[in-house]
Amino acid sequence: MNAIAEPLYREAPSAAPALSATHLDWLESEAIHIMREVAAECANPALLFSGGKDSIVLLRLAEKAFRPGRFPFPLLHIDTEHNFPEVIEFRDRRAAELGEQLIVRSLDDSIARGRIRLRSPDESRNRYQSITLLDAITEFGFDACFGGARRDEEKARAKERIFSFRDPFGQWDPKNQRPELWSLYNTRVHPGEHMRVFPISNWTELDVWQYIERERLAVPSIYFAHEREVIARPGGLMPTSHLVQPRPGEHSEHRTVRFRTVGDMTCTAPVESPATTVAQIIAETATSRITERGATRMDDQTSEASMELRKKEGYF
Amino acid sequence: MPDDRSPVRGMLRIATAGSVDDGKSTLIGRLLYDSKSVFEDQLSAVERSTRKRGGEGIDLSLLTDGLIAEREQGITIDVAYRYFATARRKFIIADSPGHEQYTRNMVTGASTADLAILLIDARKGLLVQSRRHALIASLLGLQHVVVAVNKMDLVDYQESVFRSIEQEFRTFLGHIGITDARFIPVSALDGDNVVDPSGHMPWYTGLPLLELLETVDTDSSRAAGAPFRFPVQQCHRPRAQAQADFRGYMGRIESGTVRPGDAVVVQPSGLRTRVKDILVWQTDGMHSLPSAMAGDSVTLVLADECDISRGDMIAAQTAPTTNAREFDALLCWMDSEALDPGRKYLLKHTTRNVPARVHSITSRIDVNSGNEVPTQSLGLNDMARVRLQVQLPLALDRYADNRVTGSFILIDEASNHTVAAGMIGR
Repeated sequence: MNAIAEPLYREAPSAAPALSATHLDWLESEAIHIMREVAAECANPALLFSGGKDSIVLLRLAEKAFRPGRFPFPLLHIDTEHNFPEVIEFRDRRAAELGEQLIVRSLDDSIARGRIRLRSPDESRNRYQSITLLDAITEFGFDACFGGARRDEEKARAKERIFSFRDPFGQWDPKNQRPELWSLYNTRVHPGEHMRVFPISNWTELDVWQYIERERLAVPSIYFAHEREVIARPGGLMPTSHLVQPRPGEHSEHRTVRFRTVGDMTCTAPVESPATTVAQIIAETATSRITERGATRMDDQTSEASMELRKKEGYF
Repeated sequence: MPDDRSPVRGMLRIATAGSVDDGKSTLIGRLLYDSKSVFEDQLSAVERSTRKRGGEGIDLSLLTDGLIAEREQGITIDVAYRYFATARRKFIIADSPGHEQYTRNMVTGASTADLAILLIDARKGLLVQSRRHALIASLLGLQHVVVAVNKMDLVDYQESVFRSIEQEFRTFLGHIGITDARFIPVSALDGDNVVDPSGHMPWYTGLPLLELLETVDTDSSRAAGAPFRFPVQQCHRPRAQAQADFRGYMGRIESGTVRPGDAVVVQPSGLRTRVKDILVWQTDGMHSLPSAMAGDSVTLVLADECDISRGDMIAAQTAPTTNAREFDALLCWMDSEALDPGRKYLLKHTTRNVPARVHSITSRIDVNSGNEVPTQSLGLNDMARVRLQVQLPLALDRYADNRVTGSFILIDEASNHTVAAGMIGR
């Protein structure tokens, strides 16, 4: 890593007076209600926790839903082994602080066992996560997995239900979804099928940051501006690392950047930004003219429908 | 409606109705675009798509088409949710397609909405589908409707065209019980009266669409003002020794307000007790609240030890729910497999799942005319009045009085499909 030494994570500074906190209350209560419905009706749920901001919000919502008790589910992370080390350390620390069980399943293991066959060793591992994820769901017999996906992220997600049914092959069929009315969720699945449940479906990127500020949630340091070596490519800046090196004609240079999403080092681009506090990130997000994934995800730029295709295969 | 809690929370949920031809996608695209909720990368993707289809400039309707099949066929398949915010309010739009499976999708979109936007093509005037959209909005309990008379540019912005549509539709809306209808002449393509007032129609002195949406009051106080309803999601009994005596009930207040000391009844058992404590968790532990209101997810502690579990309803003693094993309801059938009157279905009402059977079909509602016609069967996209029987009593309200405690879904236990949406009558 070329990142300049940074504290592992940072407490959000004392929150400014909340702007329109009332819509956050509504979103929070809706999410708590959804999580409690899963806990009551699903036999064996799990919460997908990546160390990213959206799943950090999910953990706070789970605390509000279930404390002083334990979470009625373990945390599950599908580790591509290409994640930013700051995020992995954050993941482990947060799980330990909460005293909750964290299950990690690794793409390296799936590759070693022959479940995943890469076409080339430096190929992006992003879409292969679905295989390891579905294997883990089978291994533990999970019938529901909470995810931090939001409908504002991407056009295929805009059409996905809060309770999103997956068939025995783990596939999503966008043309054949169960109607979802009022807040009456049909949680029923047959053995071998499962649900993906998205409690923050109705949140936007800005809502997430406003909630992080209000709740003073810690997030991995790479969300804040830092100096980093990057390679400028047509689709965006790529963080230089052992996985991404300059090609002929390219060069690696220092820029002040932050990440809007955290994914694989091979496909997650930082944006140039001086924002070092949550308040500054909120100000930037409120005026940004580029979507979160558009700015930062090389995996979504492959075609107009890359997310839909990956989701059909069982992606998050 | 009692469920109109969102506006109190600074949010407005909107259902849109209209077909591609009405320019619905263009109108939504225009709202997003002019309120600066469209991002540059989305715009350049739309520009590329427009060019691919042989068009020029930006086809705003492409902003709302998500799935591959939709782009291929130029149609909208499913309800899509759009988000935008202005300095005054946050909006969620449930955008339903206007063609096949229309009823099912519009019912879905309207079930969570505070307000409906109905689109009418100024050139065509009132169509069968305009009445259908309005009727569905009314049946789903949406009392606030904004009628956008679109494509005014194609009728030379004539006031007389707008006024005659307004007059005819207002009569119909009044007839079906929609009392708050606002009419706006717009041109979604050019943006007239969408975000900014139109220079072409000085005769229209009302607000442009966005400003109307920002300021419309949807009787939000009624949710808090309605009787207290608290469906129990789960009983909370921590295992830790220190809290061995603690027993709380987790759930969301669906209507009304609650304070410690309030007299409540647990239904359907009829147990009477008082609220002892209202708890929420904050970072440093559980906190007692002096009061809580509709929309809040809390943990309630009661004064007496009661046998209460998921599916029970805690309600105000002064205005309890009705316990019923048989009731009338309006059903919207949503499955390709028709209703089998001989079969049992699983009914989910608030947090309770009970076996249910359709005892009889009273009539089918012709959603195009509003007329009720005799029928023996119930298939996809049909709406009908039925009499239902359930195995255990439900603690319910009429849908007209409470959208949460008055609604339910039916699930086919073999396929696990959600086969019907129901609204409780008497």
